Amino acid sequence: MDIIQVEDIAKSYGKHRVHEELSLSIQQGECFTLLGPSGCGKTVLLRLIAGFEIPDAGKISIGGTVVSDPSAGVNISPDSRGLGVVFQDYAVWPHMTVFDNVAYPLKLIKMPRKDLTERVMETVSMVGMGGLEKRLPSELSGGQQQRVALARALVAKPSLMLLDEPLTNLDANLREEMRFEIKELQRKLNITVFYVTHDQEIALAISDRLAIMDETGHIRQTGNPWEIFEQPADPFVFNFMGIANFISVRRVGEDYLVGNGAQPMPWEKPEGDASEWAAGFRPSDVRIAPAGGAGLRGVVKRASFLGAMMDYLIDVDGASLRTSIETHEALTERLMFKEGEACVVNFRNLLWFDARSLAEVLKR
Amino acid sequence: MSGITQKRNFGAAQIILFLSIAVLVIVVAVPVLLIFFNAFWVGGKFNIRDVLKIIGEPDTYQALVNSLIIAAGTTIGSTIIGTFFAWLVTRTDLPYKRFMKSMFLVPFMLPSFIGALAWKMLLSPRAGFINRFFMANFGLSGPVFNIYSYAGIILVEVMYLFPFVFIQVCGALERMDPTLEESARISGAGLFTITRKITIPLVLPSILSGALLIMLYSMAHFGTVAVLGIENGIFNIPTLIYQRIHQSAGSFASIRTGTVLATVLVVTAAFIIWLQGKILSKGHYQIIAGKSFRPMELKLRTLRVPLFVLCVAYIGFTIVLPTVVIFLVGGLKTYGLPFTWENLSLDNYKFILFDYKVTRDAIWNSVTLGLAAALITMFAGVMISYVIVKMKVRGKGFLEFLGMLPFSVPGSVIALGVILAWSGKFGINLYNTVWIILVAYIARYMAFSLRANSAALEQVHDSLVEAARACGATMWQALKDIVLPLVRPGMLAAFFLIFLPSLRELTVSIMLYAPTTRTIGVAIYTLNEDGETVVSAALAGIALVLIVTGQSLVNYFTGKSEG
Amino acid sequence: MSHVRLVNVTKRFGLVTAVDSLNLEVSKGECFSMLGPSGCGKTTTLRMVAGFEDLSEGEIYVGDRLISSPGKNYYLPPEKRDFGMVFQAFAVWPHLSVYENVAFPLRVRKLSASEIEKRTTDALRSTNLLNAAKDSPADLSGGGKQRVALARALAINPDVMLLDEPLSSLDPHLREEMRFEIKDLQRQYGFSIIYVTHDQSEAMALSDRILVMKLGVVQQIDTPFNVYNDPANKFVFSFIGLSNFLEIAWSGDKPFPRGSGAPLPLDLTPPDAMRKAKTFSLASRPSEIDFGGEDGLRGVVTRKSFLGEIIDYQIKIGEGEMRVQKSRRTPGPQVGETCGLSLRRPFWYTGTE
Repeated sequence: MDIIQVEDIAKSYGKHRVHEELSLSIQQGECFTLLGPSGCGKTVLLRLIAGFEIPDAGKISIGGTVVSDPSAGVNISPDSRGLGVVFQDYAVWPHMTVFDNVAYPLKLIKMPRKDLTERVMETVSMVGMGGLEKRLPSELSGGQQQRVALARALVAKPSLMLLDEPLTNLDANLREEMRFEIKELQRKLNITVFYVTHDQEIALAISDRLAIMDETGHIRQTGNPWEIFEQPADPFVFNFMGIANFISVRRVGEDYLVGNGAQPMPWEKPEGDASEWAAGFRPSDVRIAPAGGAGLRGVVKRASFLGAMMDYLIDVDGASLRTSIETHEALTERLMFKEGEACVVNFRNLLWFDARSLAEVLKR
Repeated sequence: MSGITQKRNFGAAQIILFLSIAVLVIVVAVPVLLIFFNAFWVGGKFNIRDVLKIIGEPDTYQALVNSLIIAAGTTIGSTIIGTFFAWLVTRTDLPYKRFMKSMFLVPFMLPSFIGALAWKMLLSPRAGFINRFFMANFGLSGPVFNIYSYAGIILVEVMYLFPFVFIQVCGALERMDPTLEESARISGAGLFTITRKITIPLVLPSILSGALLIMLYSMAHFGTVAVLGIENGIFNIPTLIYQRIHQSAGSFASIRTGTVLATVLVVTAAFIIWLQGKILSKGHYQIIAGKSFRPMELKLRTLRVPLFVLCVAYIGFTIVLPTVVIFLVGGLKTYGLPFTWENLSLDNYKFILFDYKVTRDAIWNSVTLGLAAALITMFAGVMISYVIVKMKVRGKGFLEFLGMLPFSVPGSVIALGVILAWSGKFGINLYNTVWIILVAYIARYMAFSLRANSAALEQVHDSLVEAARACGATMWQALKDIVLPLVRPGMLAAFFLIFLPSLRELTVSIMLYAPTTRTIGVAIYTLNEDGETVVSAALAGIALVLIVTGQSLVNYFTGKSEG
Repeated sequence: MSHVRLVNVTKRFGLVTAVDSLNLEVSKGECFSMLGPSGCGKTTTLRMVAGFEDLSEGEIYVGDRLISSPGKNYYLPPEKRDFGMVFQAFAVWPHLSVYENVAFPLRVRKLSASEIEKRTTDALRSTNLLNAAKDSPADLSGGGKQRVALARALAINPDVMLLDEPLSSLDPHLREEMRFEIKDLQRQYGFSIIYVTHDQSEAMALSDRILVMKLGVVQQIDTPFNVYNDPANKFVFSFIGLSNFLEIAWSGDKPFPRGSGAPLPLDLTPPDAMRKAKTFSLASRPSEIDFGGEDGLRGVVTRKSFLGEIIDYQIKIGEGEMRVQKSRRTPGPQVGETCGLSLRRPFWYTGTE
């Protein structure tokens, strides 16, 4: 069952059109992520769903009830939508203790004191903040403040929670830890989560499904993490989901030659009659080997030891590509290259893109 | 989801907006508009020739020139002194820097017209103590220095206004990222070069903005010129307005002159504020640091002691000396007697506190007026600021414009406007009552309240309110539970920012008082004019005690809540 | 040949010892990183080299020249040290154009106009800023500002470049790009780098040698490869790269993971040094664990996250947990399944360090 339904939404600020004919549906109980670059309008969509913004046209329903429909004059205010919302800047109230922050939604529905205390303490300890309920937000770290915000959003047991880049202001370690915790809570409480972020790693890690939005507010692809990563609908999605290599390949007669040299691409030929192509692949799709074997001959321009991984930048006839290889593998397979050393490369996987359409994607 | 229900919005936003606009229109806009109207419309017709003629009259013309001379002198002097001391206490190894810094801020508390009174006692050409001392002991035939002069007025204004530059530059220097200077040092520049090429240019916007603020104050400043200038026929715009209105008992011609002068003042003030905004927006560098080390200190070496002595002497001469003189004169039996133990007593103080009706009324009036004005302005200010800072409603632009008005309308203009608006013209006559002073105070101090409350509201991020809405709070509940508690410090600040200065207010009250509605400032001034110098000084002493005690309490409590 | 030399350098702030008798030598043209958590004394050390902090004890030399020595009461002020330095918060001067920022160190040295012009242009060219020469730095992005700071530091062609977390104010993508640019500039100009950072991947990618510091005390000084593969202690192990620690206790003469009924398999026999400890840690890197057969260390998959290139597993072993990261191409168990783990390189640590 769809818990959120967004139908043909339009929203503009003055002349700036953020969304046009945007539709999206989110299923009951799933963790759905809206992923896109900053400024693409993903936060606007979240705010439309929460009721902080009113759409210019279209219809939004939550759990079967229409909450926004300007053509019918329907606009249910945010306090009546029954949602939990967590913001990027935590938005915990600095004049209230942790307890009072979390208790606030329950006080509004006039829950009896005893039940309230019990529920608040339960929720506070659920987010790992037990024992800190008397603290003021100023006495908490950023991560702890975000936990308070989570508890506050969860305490009234909403069936739907909206999260707006909740981990962006945290440091890397904490971010990694918290993303698993959010996922854990979502499973345990069996609530629906609508999560907005620009960080593709978080999106992949926590989502059941995700949608990729481009700079103009259009959704490029919707699917599960594996589909999005392995079967990108277009170069935008491919480029957005991780480090991407694009090397230029030109057609000369029947041959597809790499960069400005004369080596043919060791991969099946693209379909289509364009003369300029780009081969797209991830660093891990490259198989590097010592010079002398079959494959594209290249030179290691840069070798960086990154601990678990070795990172190489390789030049093949003027086209550069990056590859990474596990240090362990590099050591055991004799693949430790020095800068300036010759090598050959082959591919495990590769996608063909029309060079012109690719250039447009990368320009933006 | 059965929890979803639709509620109608009853236009709460529109009500608040309407109220806000109404307050500003009635209190500020109407009086100012009436001034313009009176200045330019004669017999129902727009008339610019008369306006020019009035400006061309020798008295008015001279007052304009005087205002400019005094403002220019004061601005230049204050800027140099303020910047120098700010640099000294933030960037050098001057001894007791923190103490010095707090002493340099003391003039903020002291009413400049009381200072002017003190200096009159010290340096008036015939009776001034210093002049007399030198004439008696060194056989000089004339006074050492005549305080009844441009130089005298400028010196006294500099003493009381330089903290505006001082505090701005101190703030900028303290917040400045030390690596901006360190990177110049590692680039090979010595401390002198860094000060000249990096530090000063970076704080230049702060210096200029403080300077313009001083210019604005000085142009519209009444007290010092009234005390020191009138004696020698030196009038500036506010004192001339006062003199015309006061002497001619509301004749048409004098009101006309007053409104023309007031218009000039408003236009100048608006220009200065516009210029300040320009400088701040264009030249305001992002120089604030995240990670902070102590900034480097210039070792003064051999200059350390001389500069320390200079600071102490400055403080002693400009702060301690005048204050002491006020209290001593307040204790004299008769003005002119030497300061010996036989001549000094607390009788004057007892007299004005317990026996003298004029002063007792004045103290009562000032305290009640201050409280009322502070309370009303605080609440109105928080409402108006809320609309300007937080609300998204149509018609907000007009309110923003109105909100700028109080900043650019000097006190004497407000007083004149209030007279025009509330003397029966619209069926309500408040003239000669305390109410007219109250209305004028509200208009005068609205700017303070707007500034403090807006600053507090800017700190309340939108998401804090939205979080409450998402938790199920209605707009009113969010206002009550989240916004109000968070802006309470700002409101409190606004209250004291209004209450304390209103205890010593002179410019507005002097134009509006009636025999029974004198305020402390008016009483001090008129008693002094009437030759009751010792009583006037004693009242000034009591005012100083009130203000300094109040300010110290506020500092203590705000300091405590911050720490 | 050692170029910058710190001998027994100690810095105390009141009762706190921020840096404790530090000895190190940085060779000419070397990129030397100081790595550690915030408050470990790395920045204080750099500021002592720059001359912004006095030493409590010890001496600092550049080549044969003494630059700081409280013992000999000698102190060369920062402006005479001829170093280049780049700060975390950029510290470009907003009232000067990009060109004038870069020309500043040359102007204070009173070089000829043509020399100033030439060197400034060179530095701007090396940092790809020629087109922005006339701009105000306030109009540049974070990366642009940091390029200006680099160009300014380069202008005098210094022998030593001090970098104080120069990339931590930039976004991750730019950070990676800029670190390679810094490396290229070093190659081009040949200066030595002393680089302060708390980001271990940055230090690994850039440095010839790394110093790992904790609470003012040096833990290890070595090449990135050795620091990663042969960490001196538990702190270094956990600070560099991802790490797993599994708590082990002796029961009888068999080692058991805490809360587990099964002892460690034979191929994970603790070294003798662990015999005396009541409890100790088995450490490993998530990338150095393979899913093995029945006789490995056994645990249950509690979480499996697809992160794109890699798949991240959490395996519960008794009351402890281990993280395993495998390439997305490597097949692995599902959540809830029991699996065997083989650790390519186990590390053993007693106590907390």
